[in-house]
Amino acid sequence: MAGVSDSASTLMGMHTEPLTGRDIKTKFTLRNEGGFAYHFARDVDFNRRAEIDCADLEPSEINRKIRDLMDSGHGSIVLRNPGAKHSLIVGILNRMNFIVDGSLGYFGCGLLDGPSVRIAGRVGWSFGENMMAGVCVIEKNAGSTFGAALRGGDLVCKGSVGSRTGIDQKGGTIIVGGDTGAFSGFMMQRGRIVVCGNAGKNLGDSMYDGTIYIGGEIQDLGVDAVPAELTDLDRAWLTRKLTMYELLPGKGVDHFTKIVAGKQLWSYDNLEPTEKKLVL
Amino acid sequence: MAGSGYKGARIDDVDHFLKGDGLDSEREKTIGQHIGYRYDVNLLPDYDRLTPFLRDYLEFMGWDDLNWLEDVHMGYDEGQAAVFDRNINGWVAIPEDMELPDNQQDRDMIAREMLIKFQMSPDHPMVDLYKAYRKF
Repeated sequence: MAGVSDSASTLMGMHTEPLTGRDIKTKFTLRNEGGFAYHFARDVDFNRRAEIDCADLEPSEINRKIRDLMDSGHGSIVLRNPGAKHSLIVGILNRMNFIVDGSLGYFGCGLLDGPSVRIAGRVGWSFGENMMAGVCVIEKNAGSTFGAALRGGDLVCKGSVGSRTGIDQKGGTIIVGGDTGAFSGFMMQRGRIVVCGNAGKNLGDSMYDGTIYIGGEIQDLGVDAVPAELTDLDRAWLTRKLTMYELLPGKGVDHFTKIVAGKQLWSYDNLEPTEKKLVL
Repeated sequence: MAGSGYKGARIDDVDHFLKGDGLDSEREKTIGQHIGYRYDVNLLPDYDRLTPFLRDYLEFMGWDDLNWLEDVHMGYDEGQAAVFDRNINGWVAIPEDMELPDNQQDRDMIAREMLIKFQMSPDHPMVDLYKAYRKF
């Protein structure tokens, strides 16, 4: 690797500090091996099930009750009468099963790392924001910014979603059974968006990386979003994923259009590689 | 074109980033630093290559597929195989004496397995961070 002293950018006076060797780096060593869960995760049993009646509770009370039940080892929790309340089931870094017997409001299921969530109704804006890992399945429709800044896991909406789906997505998979609105995949950096129906204006606008698959019509593509060839690996993955969530179209996946970043917006200066890493 | 790994070049040799200095484009040569990820972020997993450890992990979590691990790949940091751990925002270097498979798909499965073992260890830095910053 070229050093700081001999790179042209140094000689041009663009920087004085070394550009390499600045990453955090760790050797893979295991002094103490863990299990399959975070060391601080609660030990829960999927077969221990509890219910919470949310009708007369504030969101903070509901979230506190969820944590209390997890502390006592419950691995499956059913929320009755959720009443489209906001910010429910958030910040849980555990394997868990949640069943929501109704709809959620804004910012539901944000910052999750592990749970599986089934929602019988609809969800509001910014569902699954910043989710790290897990599965969320919504039976009806979702609002705008569905899966904003998603980092990992599967977010599935069997109905249609609003605009800016997967905005700033950094990983994971968003699956929409119906249509998606304008600016879906805006500034997407990695991950995958699968839409079985149609996509609105400016699909994939300013996307840096990642992949978008559209089964229906695309109103138009955003800046630097370009069609790509659907490979056998794409077909196998799409078939597997859509079958898992019972969304595989009768005619298969061959008709899907694949959209990727044209990468014409990639114009990193000498600091950007490090800065880009910071957002992952 | 997706799958080419990074802008401006198609990487056909799986050892490309282990052999060279990583400076392929004119821009990289100018700044003396590799630009972008040293792996293909869009490479989809081949489920025929799941390891037994990963199968056990998925069963434990109650998932039907790799879930968040679909975005984990074996990367290459300054000439060394490594996996990126988002929880510490840094590279975890694969031991140099470890023999790497001859294809990226198998390497990715190894990276996923090693990352889980690293993250779930009581020695992982997030254990201390969790104690210091947990809010509920």
